[in-house]
Amino acid sequence: MNNIFVYCEIDGIDVSEVSFELLSKGRQLADTLGCELEAVVAGSGIKDYVERQILPFGVDVLHVFDAECLAPYTTLPHAEVLINLFRQEKPQVCLMGATVMGRDLGPRVSSALKSGLTADCTALEIGPHDDRKSGRHYENLLYQIRPAFGGNIIATIVNPDNRPQMATVRPGVMRKAEGDMSREDAKVVYHDVAEYVSPEACVVKVLKREVKKNGNNLGGAQVIVAGGFGVGSKENFEMLHTLAEMLHGEVGASRAAVDAGFCEHDRQIGQTGVTVHPKVYIACGISGQIQHIAGMQDSSIIISVNTDEEAPINAIADYVITGSVEDVLPKMMAALK
Amino acid sequence: MKIIVLAKQVPDTRNVGKDAMTEEGTINRSALSAVFNPDDMNALEQALRIKDANPDTEVSVLTMGPPRAEEIVREGMFRGADKGWLLTDRLFAGADTLATSYALATAIKKLGVPDIIIGGRQAIDGDTAQVGPQVAEKLSLPQVTYAEDVKVNGDVLTITRHIDTGVEVVEVPMPCVVTVTGSAPACRPRNARRTMAEKHCEVMQLSVNDIDGDEQQCGLSGSPTKVKAIQNIVFQAKEVKRLSADEEDIKSLITELQEKKII
Ligand SMILES: Cc1cc2nc3c(=O)[nH]c(=O)nc-3n(C[C@H](O)[C@H](O)[C@H](O)COP(=O)(O)OP(=O)(O)OC[C@H]3O[C@@H](n4cnc5c(N)ncnc54)[C@H](O)[C@@H]3O)c2cc1C
Ligand SMILES: Cc1cc2nc3c(=O)[nH]c(=O)nc-3n(C[C@H](O)[C@H](O)[C@H](O)COP(=O)(O)OP(=O)(O)OC[C@H]3O[C@@H](n4cnc5c(N)ncnc54)[C@H](O)[C@@H]3O)c2cc1C
Repeated sequence: MNNIFVYCEIDGIDVSEVSFELLSKGRQLADTLGCELEAVVAGSGIKDYVERQILPFGVDVLHVFDAECLAPYTTLPHAEVLINLFRQEKPQVCLMGATVMGRDLGPRVSSALKSGLTADCTALEIGPHDDRKSGRHYENLLYQIRPAFGGNIIATIVNPDNRPQMATVRPGVMRKAEGDMSREDAKVVYHDVAEYVSPEACVVKVLKREVKKNGNNLGGAQVIVAGGFGVGSKENFEMLHTLAEMLHGEVGASRAAVDAGFCEHDRQIGQTGVTVHPKVYIACGISGQIQHIAGMQDSSIIISVNTDEEAPINAIADYVITGSVEDVLPKMMAALK
Repeated sequence: MKIIVLAKQVPDTRNVGKDAMTEEGTINRSALSAVFNPDDMNALEQALRIKDANPDTEVSVLTMGPPRAEEIVREGMFRGADKGWLLTDRLFAGADTLATSYALATAIKKLGVPDIIIGGRQAIDGDTAQVGPQVAEKLSLPQVTYAEDVKVNGDVLTITRHIDTGVEVVEVPMPCVVTVTGSAPACRPRNARRTMAEKHCEVMQLSVNDIDGDEQQCGLSGSPTKVKAIQNIVFQAKEVKRLSADEEDIKSLITELQEKKII
């Protein structure tokens, strides 16, 4: 009772990265709060595959829901699983990914449970709260920290009275734990799906699904060479690919570069793209608008290559090279050889 | 067929320029213009396309906000909606998404549940994308989010969705709730004739009482989430090393990074 629950998102039988990140964070929060970590996974034909992926993150109880109606994902069956499970188990916290799936499912579940839901968090902490209106004092609330207002502010949101405290968390912001932390006394519960999901829930039919496997590893890259509108052309972007290859890194882009067709959409970094935290981030011809910075500010070392000495990104850079991409990149590659 | 479009008036957070920031680095909200939430424009367009294909369709706009939000209903009518309502009452103020969806769903029940309720995926101020699915839950209707294209096929909708990893086509029975993403086709411009005709039209207003709402579930009192703190983003300048584009400078940077085993 009153534990931390993580909804694990799956693609076929593979648990997604964001779920591992949330399990890792969930374990820390459970230790801070002195409660258990429970995971929920729902799909079809997943038994005997998901357990070994999920348990190493230190899960105390894993709830498995395996039935045909649970894949491919549609909202209502997954929502009924969580709503009915949470009515029994009364979690104090529930985390899910701020992905298309999590942002479709979370609000439906929170509405049914009349619990609050905080969207798109980038940090989670535990702390006290004094409610100014009621004068009440609370201990051990989940601080749900998120950008809002187009990325221009960061809000800390609490949910004092209703349970669970629910949050969706953006992929890439929590760090995935390394190593096997499996619990010796971990429990796996295989639920009878028919007790949770009504036949009427299966009204939405998936006719077709065209999935592109994500070709890049931006989220885990140690070095990222990112290009903006200032790169000027698709041809110039090739230079970024060459440099990234030499550094064993990945290529990223700003939205302006993606919109201009210089680079594919799945390489966009920022508020509406991927969040990254490499050791080195080389920003080429990127001005550094707040929505871009939201996705890369945690990079250890930032190098900016820009013709404008006053480009906003220079304010958060460790090294600023004032010059054009066309001029500077070939010189970098020459120096590396 | 009947369609209700959910549309919100929002501050234009896309253009938070230098003049919209105060000297302390906080946002000067009054310097931001109030606009029709961008995704809701895409939603309106989908509704109007359905009306183009099925002329006996009635498209209405429903918005909740302060009195000036009636501009949203008018804007919708200038572009082709038939009518609209403004849900406005002090008791609605301070709502989080749960209280917002309670108010919208209760109003829709009162007005009569249409065949399609369509809204934007996300508003650019709260940025949560939660209101659509919560309205669906409160009305016990199926939902389809992240829609890019919506077609009527008898008594079902065929919807193309933009998902993280690609596209998906789904079929959903009506009545249902759909949310539309910004990558869907842009909204048609105002129709000059309609703009002239509807310029001074009366926008119907609804209060908590008018929709038989429960005050406890509206506004601040119906909101489980509380904003504890707001922090404006101010970037702290780091110690920056400035380099020229000379070969020398670049070479020494690369050597420095290699020596520190950073690359
Ligand atoms: C709701 C919302 C969400 C958004 N989400 C994102 C997001 O996720 N990611 C994102 O990136 N943006 C996002 N944006 C867009 C963002 O506001 C900026 O418009 C965008 O990041 C600008 O990209 P840029 O820096 O490449 O282009 P610009 O701002 O046009 O900057 C180009 C830069 O290149 C420099 N330059 C020009 N020529 C050269 C040259 N030859 N060599 C070197 N430098 C040169 C210029 O000095 C300038 O600094 C979002 C916006 C909104 C409203
Ligand atoms: C800084 C900040 C952070 C916030 N964080 C949260 C949070 O984490 N959780 C939370 O529950 N609330 C939060 N809120 C409150 C939330 O912004 C409001 O409840 C708001 O009324 C609706 O949420 P949204 O703007 O995110 O809309 P979204 O859910 O993003 O809107 C989706 C769609 O719903 C429809 N819609 C939304 N509002 C209306 C309306 N008033 N009238 C008609 N249609 C509408 C539109 O079609 C819109 O495109 C936050 C508010 C602020 C200022």
